[in-house]
Amino acid sequence: MALLQISEPGQSTAPHQHRRAVGIDLGTTHSLVATVRNSIATVLPDEHGRVLLPSIVRYGQDGVFAVGVEAAARQAEDPRNTLASVKRFMGRGLADVAKTHQGDLPYDFVDSPGMVQIRTAAGVKSPVEVSAEILRVLRQRAEASLGGEITGAVITVPAYFDDAQRQATKDAAQLAGLEVLRLLNEPTAAAIAYGLDNAAEGVYAVYDLGGGTFDISILRLTKGVFEVLATGGDSALGGDDFDRRIACWAIEAGQLPPLGARDLRALQVEAREVKEALSSREAARFHVKLQSGDPVDLTLDTATLESLGANLVTKTLKPCRQALRDAGVDIADIKGVVLVGGSTRMPMVRAAVAEFFGQAPLTNLDPDQVVALGAARQAHLLAGNRSGDDWLLLDVIPLSLGIETMGGLVEKIIPRNATLPIARAQEFTTFKDGQTAMRIHVLQGERERVDDCRSLAHFELRGIPPMTAGAARIKVEFEVDADGLLAVTAREQSTGVTAQVAVKPSYGLSDDDIARMLRDSFDHARDDLDARALAEVQVDADRLLDAVRAALAADGEALLSDTEREAIEARIVALAEARVGTDRSAVRQASDALSTATDDFAARRMDAGIRSALAGRSIESI
Amino acid sequence: MSDAVTAAVATTGPGADPFALLGLPRGMDVDPHALDDAYRQLQAQVHPDRFADKSEAERRVAMQWAAAANEAYRTLKKPLPRAKHLIESAGVGLGEQDNTAMPADFLMQQMEWREQVAEARAHRDDKGLRHIEHDIRGAEGRLWPLLSERIAAADWPAAADAWRRLRFLEKLHDDIEDVRAALID
Repeated sequence: MALLQISEPGQSTAPHQHRRAVGIDLGTTHSLVATVRNSIATVLPDEHGRVLLPSIVRYGQDGVFAVGVEAAARQAEDPRNTLASVKRFMGRGLADVAKTHQGDLPYDFVDSPGMVQIRTAAGVKSPVEVSAEILRVLRQRAEASLGGEITGAVITVPAYFDDAQRQATKDAAQLAGLEVLRLLNEPTAAAIAYGLDNAAEGVYAVYDLGGGTFDISILRLTKGVFEVLATGGDSALGGDDFDRRIACWAIEAGQLPPLGARDLRALQVEAREVKEALSSREAARFHVKLQSGDPVDLTLDTATLESLGANLVTKTLKPCRQALRDAGVDIADIKGVVLVGGSTRMPMVRAAVAEFFGQAPLTNLDPDQVVALGAARQAHLLAGNRSGDDWLLLDVIPLSLGIETMGGLVEKIIPRNATLPIARAQEFTTFKDGQTAMRIHVLQGERERVDDCRSLAHFELRGIPPMTAGAARIKVEFEVDADGLLAVTAREQSTGVTAQVAVKPSYGLSDDDIARMLRDSFDHARDDLDARALAEVQVDADRLLDAVRAALAADGEALLSDTEREAIEARIVALAEARVGTDRSAVRQASDALSTATDDFAARRMDAGIRSALAGRSIESI
Repeated sequence: MSDAVTAAVATTGPGADPFALLGLPRGMDVDPHALDDAYRQLQAQVHPDRFADKSEAERRVAMQWAAAANEAYRTLKKPLPRAKHLIESAGVGLGEQDNTAMPADFLMQQMEWREQVAEARAHRDDKGLRHIEHDIRGAEGRLWPLLSERIAAADWPAAADAWRRLRFLEKLHDDIEDVRAALID
C-alpha cells in the first residue's frame, strides 16, 4: 500500500483499528507466542493450557510429523527423525556444525551450499523449514486464541546472531506465512518487558543464557527510550552444552560401552532433567535404560555439576567484559541485571552473575516468558496500536561488517555496536589497467583475516569503463536496517556510469525458494475464498485511490513534474476501470502498478513531512 | 591498508552537517545532556518504527533520516570524532592513513610507552599499566585544551597536529585495554 496520509510523526493514521499482532520467542529448546490484550501482554497457551512449545519437530515415514510435546516424547526412540535444537544450525554450514558438535548429534547431516540440511524419513529438510513448522504451530495457536488471522509478528533472535542467522530466521517466518514486523534481539525484548513493567530508568545489563545461545546486552533506559549501548555473546553456548557435559560424565562414571544414537539421545534427555532437578536439590538420580537392556543408575550432586559446567559459565564472562568496555560503562554504573533464559535458573549461573556484577540479579520475572512478552509489546506498537506512551527502541549491530581487500584482509565498514539503522559508504578503486569488473566479498566478524570471519555474500560489479588502475571510483554502500539485516550496493562514480550489482547471497533462501515452498505447503483449496478475496482487493484499491487522490491534491503541484503527474493519473484511471470488474488479479495488478508509480512521490512527501516537522528548529542546511 | 585497494573517506547519510541536524551550536563545547536530548528527540521524529504502517518507500526515507541521526550522534558524542569533523569540514585533511610527519620527540615518547606496555604485558603487571595510563592522561590533559583553543581560533594546522597526537594516545589507551582484557582471560 503506497500513499497513506502524512500524519504527525508518532500518531497513528487509524487509532481505533486494533490489529492482531504477536510476539514469538523462537527458542533453541522451546518456543512461545504472546500478544497484548486489553493493554496487558500475555502468553498464549495451547488447547491443553501449555505455554511452552518444545522446539522439536518429528518427521515420519509417510511425511506426517509432530511438533512440540508429542515430538519430544519420541526423541529417544526415533532420534534421527526427531529434530531438536535446530536453531543452532540456522544459517550455518556443515563445517560450522561439525566444529561445535564433534559428532555428538544423531542427525544425518547433508552438506548443501549455504546451510546444512538434515535427511529425515520425510526427505531432506533445512533448518529453515523445521523452524517454519514450529512457527506455523504457534501461528495457528495464536489465530485460534485471538479468533482470526494475525497481521504481523515480531520474532526474537539472539542479539549475537549474525546476518546469515537473522536472514534464515526471517525466511522461516515467511515460510510459516507470517508477516515479520521486526526481528527483535532477545535481550532487548526482555528489557522492554522489564522496563515497561517496572518503569525502570538507568543502565541495565541483560544476561541471557538460553538453550543454545548466550547474549549479554547493556542498555540505557530513559523515559520512552530503550537504547542498547553494546551487545556481545556466543551464538553456540547454552543449556544444551551443560546437558552434553552431564551425558559425557555419565558415560565415564558409568563406564558405558560405545553407544548408538538412541542411547546418546536418551542420556542427553536425562541429563537435562537431572540438571533442572539440581536447581532446587543437592543431588539427583541419573537413571536411563539402555537399548541393550542394561540400566545406567548414577547420582549427580551439585558440586559435580558445578565442576562440569564451571568453564561454560566462565565462558560467558568474557563477552560481559567486552560489552561493558564497548558500552563505555563501568560495572558500578549498572543499576540492575535482568536474567533471561531457562539456563539462568541454575544456581551456579546466578552466583557467577552476582559475583561478576557485584549485585544480586533481578529474578522477579519468568526467564522463560519475558522475551515473548517484550516481543508482544513491540509487535503491538509496530502494528500501529498506539497508546500515547509509545517508546522508541534503538538497537545495535552485534558484529562488524566489512569487505575483503587484497591479501585476504577485511576492511571494516560498519563497526560492531553501531546503532541501527546505519548507512555507511566507502570508496574503492581498481588495481589493474582496463579492469572492468570487481568482485566484492562481504564479511561479518571481528577478526582481521577473511578466513576468520563469516562470509555473507559475493557481489560482482560489472561494466566498469576501462581506465588506468586507480582511476575508477567505486562506492560501496552498506545499509543495515532496524532488523539488523544488511543490503549492499556498489556504484562506479568517476564517469557517471552506473553498473549493476549481481547479488549472490551465501546464506538464506532466495525469494523464489520461499515462494515455491509456500506453494508446496499450502493446500490449494483457495477457490472458496475467491469472493472474499475480490472484495478485499476492491477495498484495498478504493483505499489506495482515495489516498493517491488526496496526496495529489495536497502536494502534487509542489512535488511532481507534469510528466510524473500524468503518469500517476493514467494509472489512477486504469485502476478505477479495473476496480469495477470482477477480475481479482486485474485489480491487484492495477493496484500494484499505481503503488509502484507513486513510490517516489510517497518518498518525497515523507521527506517533506519530516523536514517540516523539524522546521521548528530552523535548520536551513539539512 | 592494502596498496592495491585503497579506501577513501567514509561518507555519511543524506549529507547533513551533524551540528545542524541535531540543532546544536557548532564547536568543541557540546553539552552531553543537550546532545542526548537532541538525538532522542530527532530519532523520535524520524525513526522508521514511527512509520511502521507506511509504505516501503516511505519507511526507506525514514530509515535514511534515522541513519543520518545515528551518524551525527556518533560524530558529536566523543571529542575526537567531533574535532575531526570540525577540522575536516574546514577543508584540512588529517592524513590518518599516511601521516608519519610527527615530531621526533613525540614519536620517541610513543615508542617508550609502547615498550613499557609490552613489558607490563610480559610481566602481567597491572600496576605498571596503570602507571603508563597515568602518564598518558597527563599528556592528554595538556593537549585537549590546546586542541579546543586552536579549533576556536580556526588555526587548523595546529588543531590538526594536536588531534593527531591525541589520536595516537587514544590508540595507546585501546592497546592497554586490550592487554588488560588478555590478562584477565
